[in-house]
Amino acid sequence: MAEAAIPAGELAIRRWVAGSGQSGLRVALFLLAPFVLVLLIGPWLPDWLRIVPKDWSAPFVGWINVVVEALRTEEIFGLLTFRDITRAIANLIDYPLDFVEAVLVAGFSDSVPGLPWIAVTGLAVVLGWYLRGRQLGIVAGICFAYMAIFGKWELSMVTLSVVLVAAPVAGAIGVALGIVAYKKAWFEKVLWPVLNVMQALPHFSYMIPVAIFIGIGHKAGTIATIIFAFPVMSRLTILGLKGVSPEVREAGIMAGCTKRQMLWKVELPAARPTLMVGVNQVIMLCLAMVVLASFVGAKGLGHDLLNRLRSLWIGQALEIGVVIVFMAIILDRLSQAWAEKQPEHAREGPFHVRHPFATAGIAVVVISYILAAFIPALQLWPKSLSVTTAPMWDAMIDAIVVYAFDYLELIKDTLLVHVLIPMRDLYLLLPWSALLVFAVTLGWYYGGWPVAGIQALFALYLAFAGFWERTLITAYMVSFAVIVCVVIGSIVGVWAAAGPRRTKVVELVLDTFQTFPSFIYLIPAIMLFNVNDFAAIMAIVIYATIPTTRLTIFGLKTVPHDIVEAAIASGCTPRQVLWKVRMPLAFPAIMLGINQTIMYALFMVVIAAFIGTTDLGQEIFRSKAENDAGKSLVVGLCVAFMGLMADQLINAWARERKKVLGLE
Amino acid sequence: MEAKIACRNVWKLYGKDPEGLLDAHGGNPPDDAILEDGYIPAVRHATLDVFPGEILVIMGLSGSGKSTLVRCLSRLIEPTAGEVLFDGQDLLKIPAKELIEIRRHKMGMVFQHFALLPHRTVLQNVAFPLEVQGIDRATREKRALEVIELVGLKGRDGYYPRELSGGQQQRVGIARSLAVEPDVWFLDEPFSALDPLIRREMQDEFLRLQTMLQKTIAFITHDFDEAIRLADRIAIMNEGRIVQIGTPEELVTQPADDYVANFTRDVAREKLLTVASIMEAPADGEALSDTAVRQTDKVADVARRIIDSELPLRVTEGDGRVIGAVGRAHVLDMLFSAAGEDRG
Repeated sequence: MAEAAIPAGELAIRRWVAGSGQSGLRVALFLLAPFVLVLLIGPWLPDWLRIVPKDWSAPFVGWINVVVEALRTEEIFGLLTFRDITRAIANLIDYPLDFVEAVLVAGFSDSVPGLPWIAVTGLAVVLGWYLRGRQLGIVAGICFAYMAIFGKWELSMVTLSVVLVAAPVAGAIGVALGIVAYKKAWFEKVLWPVLNVMQALPHFSYMIPVAIFIGIGHKAGTIATIIFAFPVMSRLTILGLKGVSPEVREAGIMAGCTKRQMLWKVELPAARPTLMVGVNQVIMLCLAMVVLASFVGAKGLGHDLLNRLRSLWIGQALEIGVVIVFMAIILDRLSQAWAEKQPEHAREGPFHVRHPFATAGIAVVVISYILAAFIPALQLWPKSLSVTTAPMWDAMIDAIVVYAFDYLELIKDTLLVHVLIPMRDLYLLLPWSALLVFAVTLGWYYGGWPVAGIQALFALYLAFAGFWERTLITAYMVSFAVIVCVVIGSIVGVWAAAGPRRTKVVELVLDTFQTFPSFIYLIPAIMLFNVNDFAAIMAIVIYATIPTTRLTIFGLKTVPHDIVEAAIASGCTPRQVLWKVRMPLAFPAIMLGINQTIMYALFMVVIAAFIGTTDLGQEIFRSKAENDAGKSLVVGLCVAFMGLMADQLINAWARERKKVLGLE
Repeated sequence: MEAKIACRNVWKLYGKDPEGLLDAHGGNPPDDAILEDGYIPAVRHATLDVFPGEILVIMGLSGSGKSTLVRCLSRLIEPTAGEVLFDGQDLLKIPAKELIEIRRHKMGMVFQHFALLPHRTVLQNVAFPLEVQGIDRATREKRALEVIELVGLKGRDGYYPRELSGGQQQRVGIARSLAVEPDVWFLDEPFSALDPLIRREMQDEFLRLQTMLQKTIAFITHDFDEAIRLADRIAIMNEGRIVQIGTPEELVTQPADDYVANFTRDVAREKLLTVASIMEAPADGEALSDTAVRQTDKVADVARRIIDSELPLRVTEGDGRVIGAVGRAHVLDMLFSAAGEDRG
């Protein structure tokens, strides 16, 4: 905050709080004091200041449902309802969807079959080889061959076809909105907060409105996937276009570009690296969502996984999980290789010399078709030859149950009885007014009145939305999980940052884990701890530890080298270098990691409701069963606003801190 | 001679209401008024001419406003006030469409960090200004290949920028700016990002091209040695003002203020000054050597002859007429006294 903009009285308070020298304790006391005060007088507060009474709650759900109902049934100009329009638009997606599915597996008719599995596998090899090199080609080939040989070919190709359709559509929508926002400042101002909320909304909140306006089914799943995935592309398009170097833009102007030539020939191509990061993220989000979209009837791997998990067939669920993991790895590696691929000058010569990989691709397809015509097993791997790993997984789980059940139960019960349940009861005592006071104090101190105002709005929404208890239960699960994540993540991060080889190994593991759709993380949790709060928290912990670890490593690694050398030259022991120099400087980065961990945890807590929790996630699931779009959105916004509150406070803090440290 | 491109009283102020500030002070606000209200003066009251076929170097330290001034000349930056005359026409008054036409046909610019488009080959980069004009592919690629050959990159036309060294990339930048055969050529610190040896080589290359092409050039640099090597005239800028415009020799012999003198102090004068600037009229009856030097000779080139001779040498004009005399004392004075006094 620019000091000049602050009135004198406020400035005096700030100065007094900040004090001089070592004032961390004083700041903390000041920030917590109002909150603690409200907590202490809590029992004497009137009831409405603790929990907003039911009949005072704002009828958000009702309002949204009125709008939804109107859009569903009211005819615009007496012709069509809004729902008719959305359904008509949604039907358009059927054409590319059917086409890609036909090419990949289903075939156009009995006489024109789809690509044989060896053709798809061969093409994956060629693509991987072209984009990065032989190694990636081989990995890609192995992943696809695995899907065929282990009997998951058709499911995998259905899932892949959704990704191949949804990702380009989401990418195009994202880029288009991003371009408009880049050109028109007012549109950016509107779009940016919408993107913030969209990216903080849990996956499921998208599904119910989509189901209502489009219907349940494969198509609806695809549309939900597109809506879920495009915001990140918009955001990166804006960033990319803004990041084009001024010189390159000037070169375009001096060449005499019109505005349109400027955009298409100069700015967008120059923003390619950032746009390609977006492409990678869109693809991965599409995969994550299409697996979850099985809840609204999307076919493919997610659908089968959902059924197996519902029936607690853990072995088979794991088997599908492994295929999803392979799919994630290969999509991530290929799209990253594409992003990093640098253009190279072509060699002179005939077509196959100039375009060796295109030639190889064509050859693969032709040869595959010919071979498959004679050997049916190359068209579709026969069921009788399929290998299944389910019995192996089941045996493993049995072994775990036999040998480790008692210990696992002991851990679970101890934690539940002595930590989790008391913690939950404590959270349930929290009056909403205390949260309001807390959020406003922090917001004001780190971000000034505008931030405090937005924090107050978020807090009031949570209080008056009518789901306060659920919100508190969600908060308790998330905060416990986040604490565990931060402890594990920062320890692993510090350990990994100590040497280049460790860093490499840990980052590889993180990269790989991060690509997995979040749904996958439920499998081991259920496997080990059955269905309860503790398993849910386990799943959150596995998933949400990733960002804290990653940013701890990043923060420690990017501490300016000369500062570390100065510390060593001053005679610091390695421990002193870590605690007195590197950790304080890495702290803003670590906080941003914790911020992401909170977001991840909130996403996961909703998904984890699938295995039986009593938080907001459960309400969202219920609203799905009841087809209650209003409720699903209102509850989804509760989750989103919890995340955004934390996000805004941590970012305001980190900005302040970085300014103090001169890291900006 | 009429200037090819010129600016008159050009101002570029950043702040809340720069036009208002200029109006309030009759177009020429004093320093304290500018700074008091938090305005940042990038260019103040700049007036200069670039004549056809000349190399005008605009020299200044970073933040002196030289980049802003040259961008005002091409209207990449909109000046707050003033006139920019291109062939006598005020660029600031013409419509956007016409401006695009002028840029497409009459201006070329080279950038400090090359500003090549990374997704295009050398050929496509060089052909880019022709492509946006809508010239067909065969014609533009033929022209681009000619320019690529001109800058010595023949055979590299299929390469991408990242496959080239810094010096080669800047050759591409130069080729691109020349592809449309512009009249006016802007170069914004074109060699600053290069290693010293490559820089030297590129300067020679630049002079070679200019001898062939005879463009009207505004060349920006922060390196005074480079300015002296290349310039017909130098404009020195400080805090947004043009402090002095003159030939390198004028700047060295008659610096307008201490700021300019600071730059010229360490210059190798013998390489810069001509015999004319150190000679004296021969005293009556003074005995002169039979050897003669021309008044336009650089001192460094003839110093050995002057020092080896017992008697002062004759200084002649082009037609052989004797106009002065130069002896050992003159050379030694120039080398040691002026510089020596400054150094204390």
